Amino acid sequence: MTVGAFVFYLFALVTVGSAAVVVLARSLIYCAFALLFTFFGVAGLYVMLGADFLAATQLLVYVGGILVLLLFGVMLTHKLYDLDLRSEVTQFWPGLAMAGGLFLVLTATAVKAEWMTASPRPPAPTTEAIGQLFLGQFLLPFEAASILLLVALMGAAMIVRRKKDA
Amino acid sequence: MIGLTHYLVVSAALFSLGVLGVLTRRNAVNVLMGIELILNSANINLVAFSRFGAGNLNGQLFAVFVIVIAAAEVAVALAIVLTLYRLRRTPNLDEADILKG
Repeated sequence: MTVGAFVFYLFALVTVGSAAVVVLARSLIYCAFALLFTFFGVAGLYVMLGADFLAATQLLVYVGGILVLLLFGVMLTHKLYDLDLRSEVTQFWPGLAMAGGLFLVLTATAVKAEWMTASPRPPAPTTEAIGQLFLGQFLLPFEAASILLLVALMGAAMIVRRKKDA
Repeated sequence: MIGLTHYLVVSAALFSLGVLGVLTRRNAVNVLMGIELILNSANINLVAFSRFGAGNLNGQLFAVFVIVIAAAEVAVALAIVLTLYRLRRTPNLDEADILKG
């Protein structure tokens, strides 16, 4: 087994294993910290795929933003003296059957399909090319995404604001 | 040699685990974590196809858009969960049944 394959299996194990903890752990705090390791594993897979800019973005946005936001969500939706923060599981076996079937179908498709793959290019820095594409060919979706983000954040602030006159 | 199929299988496992989380959890924040797993698995697929496929960066650009959507989605969803918690004193989704006809 080459070093590249070993590193891939390591990152895949970290990603899938900690994702399983996210789904199966009883304590919400354990779930949140396992999610941290899942995001790190996915960032590692991005590096393996030669997507350096995306790996950095994954760490900045997911670990620095979304995970912190989720932790705030955990803290704010429980009473502070309630330290164990349990999360209950319902309808486990039907859900497991659904998810297992889905995994089998997806894996069978991925293995059986004839993918038109080209031989991968040697990894090169992608940041400049991505910047050129965002401000060139993909300018309109870029602007639309930025406006969507602005509207969503303003809407979120509007929803949670306590109304003074209510 | 690690090829496209390896990444697709990892992504399929991540997606299935996310679906399992969405289906079986009662806590709304935990369901959001499952949705994050699903979005991440879609991103792995996009980047893998971008690497092994056509030879341009469009897949990675699409993944950046997915990350933007995920940030917007989690902000709005947490706002809704917080409002629900203020109204009903519960983070559990199945107790949010005031809209029942």
